[in-house]
Amino acid sequence: MDIKEAPMKAKDYKSVVPPTWCPGCGDYGVLNAVLKSFAELELDIFETALVSGIGCSSRFPYFVKTYGMHTAHGRALPVAAGLKMARPELEVICLGGDGDGFSIGGGHVAHVVRKNTDITYVIMDNAIYGLTKGQVSPTSVQGMVTTTTPYGVPDNPVNPLAFVLTYGATFVAQAYSSKPKLVQELVTKAIQHKGFSFVNIISPCPTFNKFNTFDYYKENIEEIPEGHNTKDLNSALEIALRSKQGKTPVGLLYQIQSPTLTERLADIREKAEASDNYDLNKIIDAYKP
Amino acid sequence: MALAKDLIIRIGGEGGEGIISSGDMIAQAAARSGLEVLTFKTFPAEIRGGYAMYQIRFSKSRILSEGSGFNVLCCFNKESLDVNRKYLQEGNALIYDYPGGDIEEEVNIPGVHCYPVPMSKIAKTELGVYRSKNMVCLGAVADLFSISMESLKETVVEKFGKKGQEVVDVNFKALEAGQTYIRENIKKEDSFNMEPGTPKDDVIIISGNYAVGLGALLAGCKYFSAYPITPATEVANFLSINLPKVNGNLVQAEDEIASLANVIGASYGGLKSMTATSGPGLSLMQELIGMSTMMEVPVVICDVQRGGPSTGLPTKHEQSDLFLAAHGGHGDGSRVVLSPEGIEDCVYMTVDAFNIAEKYQVPVLLLSDGSLGFRTASMKKPDPSKIKTINRDTYDPSSNGSESFMRYKLTKSGISPMSTPGQPDGAYISTGLEHGESSAPRYTPDNHTVMLDKRFNKLDDLEDFFTPTEVDIDEDAELGVVAWGSTIGTLREALALAREDGLKVSAIYPKLVWPMPKKALNDFAAKHKKILVTEINKQAQLAALLRSETDMDPISYNIYGGLPFTPKMIADKIMEVL
Repeated sequence: MDIKEAPMKAKDYKSVVPPTWCPGCGDYGVLNAVLKSFAELELDIFETALVSGIGCSSRFPYFVKTYGMHTAHGRALPVAAGLKMARPELEVICLGGDGDGFSIGGGHVAHVVRKNTDITYVIMDNAIYGLTKGQVSPTSVQGMVTTTTPYGVPDNPVNPLAFVLTYGATFVAQAYSSKPKLVQELVTKAIQHKGFSFVNIISPCPTFNKFNTFDYYKENIEEIPEGHNTKDLNSALEIALRSKQGKTPVGLLYQIQSPTLTERLADIREKAEASDNYDLNKIIDAYKP
Repeated sequence: MALAKDLIIRIGGEGGEGIISSGDMIAQAAARSGLEVLTFKTFPAEIRGGYAMYQIRFSKSRILSEGSGFNVLCCFNKESLDVNRKYLQEGNALIYDYPGGDIEEEVNIPGVHCYPVPMSKIAKTELGVYRSKNMVCLGAVADLFSISMESLKETVVEKFGKKGQEVVDVNFKALEAGQTYIRENIKKEDSFNMEPGTPKDDVIIISGNYAVGLGALLAGCKYFSAYPITPATEVANFLSINLPKVNGNLVQAEDEIASLANVIGASYGGLKSMTATSGPGLSLMQELIGMSTMMEVPVVICDVQRGGPSTGLPTKHEQSDLFLAAHGGHGDGSRVVLSPEGIEDCVYMTVDAFNIAEKYQVPVLLLSDGSLGFRTASMKKPDPSKIKTINRDTYDPSSNGSESFMRYKLTKSGISPMSTPGQPDGAYISTGLEHGESSAPRYTPDNHTVMLDKRFNKLDDLEDFFTPTEVDIDEDAELGVVAWGSTIGTLREALALAREDGLKVSAIYPKLVWPMPKKALNDFAAKHKKILVTEINKQAQLAALLRSETDMDPISYNIYGGLPFTPKMIADKIMEVL
């Protein structure tokens, strides 16, 4: 008789390390929904790697049983990209906050995106620096009072959705931590997507962000209309820019298929007639005088 | 006429005039004819224009440095003559573009054999191809100093064959025109005739940067990520062609931070991984070098040093990143720094760098430099089957009983077995946070102390593991000289010169420079009353480290003009210090 292992449930993915987030943090909801999505996809814990940077949400990998890397501030994406290039068969998921991704790490996003690196990037966007106790973040709205902007934020915020769309992301979605089913649905689709997939999850910080509160989002969250053509970049950008009207659209904005970095690297190796047993003498002999 | 055992030809002209390619060809041809060859180039940081110089040293026996000065100077234009006129010595030969070039009058320098060759004019009017000026010059040089014309022609075919017979013919004609001009118009007065070599089949001629790439392949490197920077870019150029052949991947990252981030990710994934950069890039990498120390992820970083700080002298030679390499990181970070001496070291010490990184799970920095990176030299062909490679200690779940995997387990050696993602029961978080044995964050005083000790103490036996530090002892010597990196080759020749003059002097050549091989250095210090350190940087960086880490209190001989030492400079200093 075959003894089949029971399928993993969301809680089976939890490690022994308890989350360190404040009570009421949106990230709890994200963690639970993401693990449900892992269970739904039956991800093998040893074939999955979570890579994060620095910040409250970047503690995520410790709370999960899979392989993981907790890297330096802003560097999660290029580390994850290196891991994926080395081990394309692994499911590589990069997670972090808005400051990690779009401020200190902002320079990397464009390049990991435009290469269509086949990793999933989940941002928990709370529009504030939580770990350092309440400084302005790249997604904080203009005028917001934070510990480093007592007279109000002077800058325009980054629009993460428009940012990755214009660099050619092939999967772009936004969710809200208080809509766990939507988070699960979009993260599942993102992991299934071949190519770079981006899910920006609005995840309020009740401790330090007194502007982007749960009440604020009750008013401003709007579901993307059902008839939206997810293959149309212009309509996706139009939705992304709804933030200018103070709206927070949630749902799938954009998804297309395009060759991935893994595939392009494989093409290069094919052109080079790659072999694991390549005779290095052939390379060396080219340097005979 | 006596045959020369050792000949140095310097070619100077404007960047873009074919100085570099003609230098490369004459070096190739000489190596093909069985001579040992070592080249030295300096060129401006501009794309075109500015003074460029290519120097080739030929010998029947092993060459260890650029040499002292030159025997033959070959000037493509007035500027190169102006720059080099003061270095001309009695007995030297000078070939210069006259008449027809920008040198306006015939040159007469007492004691120097001056040969005017109208290379521009021959190329323009006789051949109708101005670009062939460098080949006219090569033909003249080959004929004057007995460099094999046959080898030169073979090199032309190899280089231009793909472009068609027409291109080959133009170059042949130019070579012959130069040769004919000499035979019909010049009376040779100098004594430089290169003694022919014996062609060997087991020789290659390769640049320092390519040699590092080759070393990476031999070590089993499968992943490389870098950002273009002079003078390190050719390491990437070599591997971009060759790494995919062995089923490896290379990417050009968006910056040096991303390069090292890529490399750390790939190494965590189980692949031997490397990046290459120069000083400014190494500065950007410092934070992630600290992270790889903390994570205990093996990485290899080649730093081809250039003049600094800032953009500094991007195409010039300096050994000024030693402090940055050894001490550049934040916090207490263990790392290993190696300094290759020459082309062979670029190959084999890159293998060592991987072996050390893998064995000790540390970042290893290989400090090459501008003159070594750009230098081409002949060397014995490496035999891939003879290369010893070391792989990281991988986690074996069956050896662990019922215990769960402890990535940072405290072992006697300080080295903890590493699992590879995909491996069942091996999951852990590779982390930059201080952590306990399991990899979970842990900030207790005891834990930080124990873990820091682990990360340093694991390197305790490195001095014994690595190739012994070479010494060249004269038992009667009171003076011992130290050099690192490419200055080692120069010191070897300086030592020979000094001893020819009857001086009693010893030398030590540390190639593992950090952590310092204290046993060998202190042993050397104990045998000598005076220690002299020769290096190319303003702060006398090696001397400072020796003072803090060993019993030495050295005298420094440091220069910092963007050029390497000559053996004669060091030999003179030895005389002075004694």
